[in-house]
Amino acid sequence: MSTTETILQTEGLTKTFKVGFWGRHVTVLEGLNLNVQRGEVFGFLGPNGAGKTTTIKILMGLIYPTGGRATVLGRPVGDSRAKDRVGFLPESPYFYDYLTAVEFLRFYGHLFSLRGAALENRVTELLDLVGMSHASNMQLRKFSKGMLQRVGIAQALINDPELIVLDEPMSGLDPVGRKEIRDLILRLKERGKTIFFSSHILHDAELLCDRVAIILKGRMVACGHVSELVGQGATQSVEMVVEGLSSEGLEHLQPLTEKLLIKGNQVLIVLRNQQQVGNALEIVRVAKGSVVSVTPQKGSLEELFIREVKGTQSSLREGQ
Amino acid sequence: MRVLSIALNTFRENIREKLLYNLLIFALLMIGSSVLLTRLTVGEWDRLIINLGLSSMNLFGVLIAIFVGISLVSKEIDKKTIYTILSKPVPRYEFLLGKYLGLMLTLLVNTAVMVVGLIAVMIYLDAPVTLLLFEAVGFIFLELVVITAVGLLFSTFTSTTLSAIFTLAIYVVGHLSTDLKQFGAQMDGLGKAVLNTIYYILPNLERFNLKGQVIHKVNVVGTDVLLTTAYGLAYAGLLLALASIIFQRRDFQ
Repeated sequence: MSTTETILQTEGLTKTFKVGFWGRHVTVLEGLNLNVQRGEVFGFLGPNGAGKTTTIKILMGLIYPTGGRATVLGRPVGDSRAKDRVGFLPESPYFYDYLTAVEFLRFYGHLFSLRGAALENRVTELLDLVGMSHASNMQLRKFSKGMLQRVGIAQALINDPELIVLDEPMSGLDPVGRKEIRDLILRLKERGKTIFFSSHILHDAELLCDRVAIILKGRMVACGHVSELVGQGATQSVEMVVEGLSSEGLEHLQPLTEKLLIKGNQVLIVLRNQQQVGNALEIVRVAKGSVVSVTPQKGSLEELFIREVKGTQSSLREGQ
Repeated sequence: MRVLSIALNTFRENIREKLLYNLLIFALLMIGSSVLLTRLTVGEWDRLIINLGLSSMNLFGVLIAIFVGISLVSKEIDKKTIYTILSKPVPRYEFLLGKYLGLMLTLLVNTAVMVVGLIAVMIYLDAPVTLLLFEAVGFIFLELVVITAVGLLFSTFTSTTLSAIFTLAIYVVGHLSTDLKQFGAQMDGLGKAVLNTIYYILPNLERFNLKGQVIHKVNVVGTDVLLTTAYGLAYAGLLLALASIIFQRRDFQ
């Protein structure tokens, strides 16, 4: 990214819903600040019920915020000039199942006033892009979940949008389906699209995203580049598997380790940090053991995520 | 054009619905059954055909209008398809109007099929087909224009079950509203005021009922036709405008 241009922005976005017979107020989003730049793949992460879908619905003009502001492509949400340049796939939609894939995409094309040969070309091109050309004249009711998700993405791309918003695009898909969607997202990024997607599947986000934001109970708890976030907190431990180690050697190793597991002839040692590796190897050499493997453990987004969830839960408990 | 696309998609959805065919077949059977009933009737049998035919057309049209109409919007919300449409540059009122016109198109085709059925029976039994009959059918359709708008209005803010109950209630009370006014005239004070208000707020659906005129061969004055048509269209237009305002403010949770 040579130039940065804000594509999507929220400032202090807040939403409360009235629930139940007495209209009790429940805060779903609280002061959310987001900033997505042109050309990036931005992951919007959080457990179920964190407020991801609510945020996305506000951005798409489907629900109205109680407070704060949000802009999409420099215009306030709901502005039709912005909607012209945005594509959206809701979470597990059940599309018009009486339509064939071609009829389905044509219908959405009409909503953008696409007609004639231009529309037909666009439909063919999109079915090809999402790998669904073989099923173009099949009714959607016969589609698998992965196929539906792919025509769903095609639907979101019918207007050749600059910003593509996907709500849980990988949920409910098998590993193959997930990989297909991941590849599709990367292909769109190559074409210069900005992609904003929500997910609770962290592995996918880690593979795809330039930046991520993590929200919990309607509040942002972390935001930044994946590498920065992962590097921040996680301790860089090292796993080592050693064979034929004498009991004397084991005793010497003990102080260096965080965890020591003996399994038959092999010992799994978890070292606290990378600096210990040299010492450990020396001890193994002296004790005439042989090293099977040395694996540095990188912190994952998952660890960060779980830590944040636990942190928020305990702070909430303290608050009570 | 967007409204038309949504309307055509709704029409396509409706004609692939089983409920529609069940109701239509039942209506045609009822119209057809008059062939048998005339054998049991002494004289005046053409009245029976007209009465049964127009009543079936009205009843089944209203049933389709209510049961398809109230689910027009809620189905799109349940299936989340509404999110994909409203996130595109489609104003909410256009969506609502498109859904409404789609169902009206379905009802038009439906009414046409029933008219063909009725005329076939009449020709078979040598009953005279008059212009007045077509006016009566036109008015039945006008009533559907109003009832569908009532159903759509309810469905923008309440559940499908409640919408169905409310719309049916309005259909029934709408046919009795003249009685309500007469009843009110015999009361005084609050009762009269309440019944009068109900009379003026609810649609006067009896205005769309020309069965008596067709049976007794009483011609309808041209200005009456125009006034009733204007009344029906204006009433439906007002309901749609109200539905759009409610729909515009709604959160799609």
